[in-house]
Amino acid sequence: MSENNEQPGNSTPPRSHAGTVRKLLFVVVAMFGFGFALVPLYDLFCDITGINGKTNGRYEGEISTAVPGEGESRRVVRVQFTTSNNANMPWIFNPPENKQMDVVVGEPVQVDFFARNPTDRFIVAQAIPSVAPSKGADYFHKTECFCFQRQELEAGADTLMGLRFFIDRDLPEDIKTLTLSYTMFEVQDHAGL
Amino acid sequence: MSAVIDSHHHDDHHHGPAKGFTRWLYTTNHKDIGSMYLWFSFTMFLLGGCMALVIRAELFEPGLQIVAPNFFNQMTTMHGLIMVFGAVMPAFVGLANWLIPMMVGAPDMALPRMNNWSFWILPFAFSLMVSTLFMEGGGPNFGWTFYAPLSTTYAPPSVTFFIFAVHMMGISSIMGAINVIATILNMRAPGMTMMKMPMFVWSWLITAFLLIAVMPVLAGVVTMMLTDIHFGTSFFKPEGGGDPVLFQHVFWFFGHPEVYIMILPAFGIVSQIIPTFSRKPLFGYASMVYATASIAVLSFLVWAHHMFTVGMPLAGELFFMYATMLIAVPTGVKVFNWVSTMFKGSLTFETPMLFSVAFVILFTIGGFSGLMLAMAPADFQYHDTYFVVAHFHYVLVPGAIFSIFAAAYYWLPKWTGYMYDETLGKLHFWLSFIGVNLTFFPMHFVGLAGMPRRIPDYALQFADFNMVASIGAFLFGTTQLLFLFIVLKCVKGGKRATASVWEGAEGLEWTIPSPAPYHTFATPPKVN
Repeated sequence: MSENNEQPGNSTPPRSHAGTVRKLLFVVVAMFGFGFALVPLYDLFCDITGINGKTNGRYEGEISTAVPGEGESRRVVRVQFTTSNNANMPWIFNPPENKQMDVVVGEPVQVDFFARNPTDRFIVAQAIPSVAPSKGADYFHKTECFCFQRQELEAGADTLMGLRFFIDRDLPEDIKTLTLSYTMFEVQDHAGL
Repeated sequence: MSAVIDSHHHDDHHHGPAKGFTRWLYTTNHKDIGSMYLWFSFTMFLLGGCMALVIRAELFEPGLQIVAPNFFNQMTTMHGLIMVFGAVMPAFVGLANWLIPMMVGAPDMALPRMNNWSFWILPFAFSLMVSTLFMEGGGPNFGWTFYAPLSTTYAPPSVTFFIFAVHMMGISSIMGAINVIATILNMRAPGMTMMKMPMFVWSWLITAFLLIAVMPVLAGVVTMMLTDIHFGTSFFKPEGGGDPVLFQHVFWFFGHPEVYIMILPAFGIVSQIIPTFSRKPLFGYASMVYATASIAVLSFLVWAHHMFTVGMPLAGELFFMYATMLIAVPTGVKVFNWVSTMFKGSLTFETPMLFSVAFVILFTIGGFSGLMLAMAPADFQYHDTYFVVAHFHYVLVPGAIFSIFAAAYYWLPKWTGYMYDETLGKLHFWLSFIGVNLTFFPMHFVGLAGMPRRIPDYALQFADFNMVASIGAFLFGTTQLLFLFIVLKCVKGGKRATASVWEGAEGLEWTIPSPAPYHTFATPPKVN
């Protein structure tokens, strides 16, 4: 910071005001942009760390089919399914018959969720997943899920919605139970996004 | 230091203020604008205070008796917004306008016309915001933190006006901050080096940088709300891929520096006043500057301690917990320096000093409850209880607002040319001191016992402490009318103030006559 020792006086305002203001306005604009940059940064951060219970999208990695050898224990994890509706969502939305099941890690599993539209209008919906404990989210691999796209039901129609997943062998030892929960939202603006 | 006094009598271009309303509408004079800011702030303080009294009247005893729950929520929301953006922040900007040019030996603020504009936006912004109370569906009822989806999906229709009002306040604050920085960096008198600047100027320089860094983020977050509500975006809507927790992150990225914006100028004020009435220079000036700057830097790294309960990973809780506790170090340095300044000083306790000493003690209490809240495991118990309400009112009322009272009494003789009534000033102090503690201390107890904040009704076991708090609130509230009377009396007349006003006062503003002439330091003074 320079010391403008000679300059200040009433009649000749220092020329540097314009420069100072320009720099400060640049900071203002940059910080306004930074506020919006926080949105993708936040998503990226949650994706990398798996915090917030956000599960990743479709699992694209290798699916190991190796059978555990002799003496290797078949590790079993309990998986629970819960469903809920967001406010004002009229659908009936149920988890699979077996609300919980014991899953062998590494082996693919297929379950079906049930949904019915009891109203007399066409509704588009989106299911949002969340896994608890959240540090298990990164090890819950979905190869097929109804949550990857929107669901559409005519008035009175019902449907079974499939989910295929497997649990990663690297799941931390202290996790014995994983809870997968879906919240069903009505998508108001069909055209949007 | 050579005083350059009143050289404008023989200069045709300098004349006194214009007459009538246009004087105030068109003024570019930093003293006029400073006064307008201070009066505006006091008006908002009374309005926000009335809303607080509605809240305390409803909470006087359990059950719903005076207002409906939705209106109660509007009161808590508007009380918070008005006090933060309408009372505390404009009061500090008003003090900055009055004092910074006089303290650094400048003739005016760097950008006087923008200064006029930044003030005159405010009455419009607040008229817009207060008018929402009379709209269909009522005003904002989602708390001053306006968390999504309460402020988006479930908000009353008037939320759009609230958003525009916040935009306008933000523009006003940013322009004010740019003005302060330009004045301090470019317009100091010869010899006034950075490390000779009064602490008030330093604390405002740092505050202005905080404002410039975070007010645009606030503008960004309300813009996201606006597009979520009206233009189909999904920043905070999970069904479209957004996340309501994101709102809290962006809001508190603004919100935590914001709380330092409301306290750093207060640190500056008491750092001016305590040396005067201790008749000793400020202890550890350089460490004060560095402590203030490090508090400002740390304020950007602790925002998530407001949201320990959203489900953060352990590493996050630990980081934000330790980073928050680290802030206690520079703050402790400041408190140590104030106490050391008083140590072995020739103390006298005029009203500004009383408010400043009370500031040091009561702000420290607020700081300690802040440390308790900073502990992530304990915060799960305290979160969203009256303990939080007690904490932030201790740092804002006997913190920020006491410092504003102290500043008003300290510089009032310089502004008006008359001494205020010392007896009444002391009465104002003691009634405020008792009222504040009666109001907010019991809130610690009900909070620890589990009473949630923002509720119009509560369980019976909290009844006694709430009654005490309500009595204290009415005492504190009515006492402020006494302050209004004291200020008006001082404006009208009284004992003539000398140029230096206080025996131990140091600084350029005390070298000019009282009342300060309309134009000061047209020729810069020489600082040794």
